[in-house]
Amino acid sequence: MAKVLVFIDNPGAALKKSSLELLTLARSLGEPAVAVNGELTDAVAASLAEYGAAAVLRPSAQDLNDFLVAPKAAFLANAADNTGAGVVLLDNSPEGKEVAARLAIRLNAGVITDVVSVDADGTAHKSVLAGSYTTACKAKTPVSVLTIKANNVVPEPAAAASAPETVTVEVSAGTVPAARITAREQKAASGRPDLTDARVVVAGGRGMDGDFGPVEELADALGAAVGASRAATDAGWISHDAQVGQTGKTVSPQLYISAGISGAIQQKAGMQTSKVIVAVNKDAESPVFEIADFGIIGDVFDVLPQAAAEIRKRKG
Amino acid sequence: MKIVVLVKHVPDAQFDRHLNGEGNTTDRDESILSELDEYALEAALQLAEARGGSKAGNQVIALSMGPSGAVNAVKKSLQMGATEGVHLTDDALAGSDAAATSLALAAAIRHLGQVDLVITGMASTDGETSLVPAQLAERLGLPQVTFASSLEVAGGSLTARRDADTSSETVEAPLPAIVSVTDQINEPRYPNFKGIIAAKRKSIATLSLADIGVSPDQVGFAGSWTTVTSAEERPPRTAGTIITDEGDAGIKLVDFLAAQKLL
Ligand SMILES: Cc1cc2nc3c(=O)[nH]c(=O)nc-3n(C[C@H](O)[C@H](O)[C@H](O)COP(=O)(O)OP(=O)(O)OC[C@H]3O[C@@H](n4cnc5c(N)ncnc54)[C@H](O)[C@@H]3O)c2cc1C
Ligand SMILES: Nc1ncnc2c1ncn2[C@@H]1O[C@H](COP(=O)(O)O)[C@@H](O)[C@H]1O
Repeated sequence: MAKVLVFIDNPGAALKKSSLELLTLARSLGEPAVAVNGELTDAVAASLAEYGAAAVLRPSAQDLNDFLVAPKAAFLANAADNTGAGVVLLDNSPEGKEVAARLAIRLNAGVITDVVSVDADGTAHKSVLAGSYTTACKAKTPVSVLTIKANNVVPEPAAAASAPETVTVEVSAGTVPAARITAREQKAASGRPDLTDARVVVAGGRGMDGDFGPVEELADALGAAVGASRAATDAGWISHDAQVGQTGKTVSPQLYISAGISGAIQQKAGMQTSKVIVAVNKDAESPVFEIADFGIIGDVFDVLPQAAAEIRKRKG
Repeated sequence: MKIVVLVKHVPDAQFDRHLNGEGNTTDRDESILSELDEYALEAALQLAEARGGSKAGNQVIALSMGPSGAVNAVKKSLQMGATEGVHLTDDALAGSDAAATSLALAAAIRHLGQVDLVITGMASTDGETSLVPAQLAERLGLPQVTFASSLEVAGGSLTARRDADTSSETVEAPLPAIVSVTDQINEPRYPNFKGIIAAKRKSIATLSLADIGVSPDQVGFAGSWTTVTSAEERPPRTAGTIITDEGDAGIKLVDFLAAQKLL
């Protein structure tokens, strides 16, 4: 059976849903082995067994997190050689893509990013040009490296749990030319769902005029994540992490509510694959109305609070 | 300092963009200098200017790989203030994926001799993969500093800031290094009249694959490690129901969400 290597970087206390998705996808393509960087708790090791990992590969060096990307790619390249993997799966996060990029050069392997599904023959499907095309791509090389977008696979444990062997992979971070991370500041958590995999996103733009209160109120009534246009993040009304678009996050939730956002091409690039789009804007000529399933020509300061109150009322 | 800035000529996103031909490559008819690469150029110009500019021997070389039209991305870079331009072009490059692109760009950079810094955009606005900077770093054996939102260089090393979702990082690397910059790093300048006139006197070197010692089968469709087997245009989104608020639009919004089972 084909060998599939999954990379899980710093799993923390429990495996994230996206990691469970990778493991589930890996089983559909062959026999999964897992390369884990960072601390490996008993709970995480148990989930790896539950998801059918045949082997768990660990780096010999402990300081991979102190450097940017390169030593992680070196670790993974050795792990891939060790397991004879024909497919390597990683997260589609910015760092996941960079590890994939470097790994691919080390393995002479084709790399495909932003993958939403993979056929049994290794053909990967993804959308390009800001969601205007869907494409099928394939690596021509013996090994393929794929970064998988979250929320496209339903996580499922293996029929029978495995008893993975642990293998140590030689890697010495110091020998790879890499930038060193000299300081790390943790950001405060918002308590709201994560923007990239939220089911519902409420996003505000310049029309919020410095006050994101109504956006947050509606988001909380819906259990949604908060997004923003670059105009709003540049103005400092909300953190840059909330930016949706070409240079921010790409989201495709079930529902995207756009409030006081004109719908510039760079904004659309990050949200036009949302299932349902609702727009609230006082200018009937705003381009956002061209892609909205439901558009309201109106003032965000009237419409958003009224909708939030109505949702709270109906939810009781 | 000698800085190479990688600038890509990409289809203008203001127009409909298309994939066509056997290899499903992007149609480059209405193309411009990728706006995300303007930030890379601005970062390079600021570093050079802080060290006395070209008079003090600082070089900012704009390098673009692409078909004949890509020379326009180089010209625009010269108008903004790059000191030299290099256009890597060869029929055999058509259809290059990230691996083939990074192979050719790495060879072109080596051809330019010892450089202190290579600066790129955070992503190309057509491919949007952000693979090229990391692959270049791997091929050239240089430290990689990607998604920099600030950049300082002093005493043979650089310091940059990166903003990730859960944390912000400060990173350091010795030169030479490869840096990709985000749109948070600066505000790119517009070419002014003086710049446009000055650009006419600046030289653009054209390089072929033979010049950089790359054989045609290492790049393009032949040398790429991935292939696009099919591409389908999605039907464009169409406008739905548009209403004007008459005092109850918030309620109507909730009715719509309830009808769509989105509550
Ligand atoms: C390199 C580059 C990258 C970029 N990346 C991104 C990106 O990732 N994401 C992004 O969003 N943008 C990005 N942009 C910026 C983009 O081009 C637009 O400038 C930006 O999206 C505009 O934000 P906005 O719609 O909030 O503001 P505006 O375009 O100013 O629109 C504000 C809207 O609010 C409406 N409005 C005002 N008051 C009210 C009210 N009281 N009630 C209802 N409606 C009201 C107005 O009618 C208007 O339509 C990028 C630009 C560049 C050059
Ligand atoms: N053909 C090219 N010519 C010059 N620079 C390029 C080319 N392709 C990619 N780059 C550089 O690499 C960056 C990232 O591109 P990408 O990996 O395609 O998203 C761009 O912002 C450019 O700076």
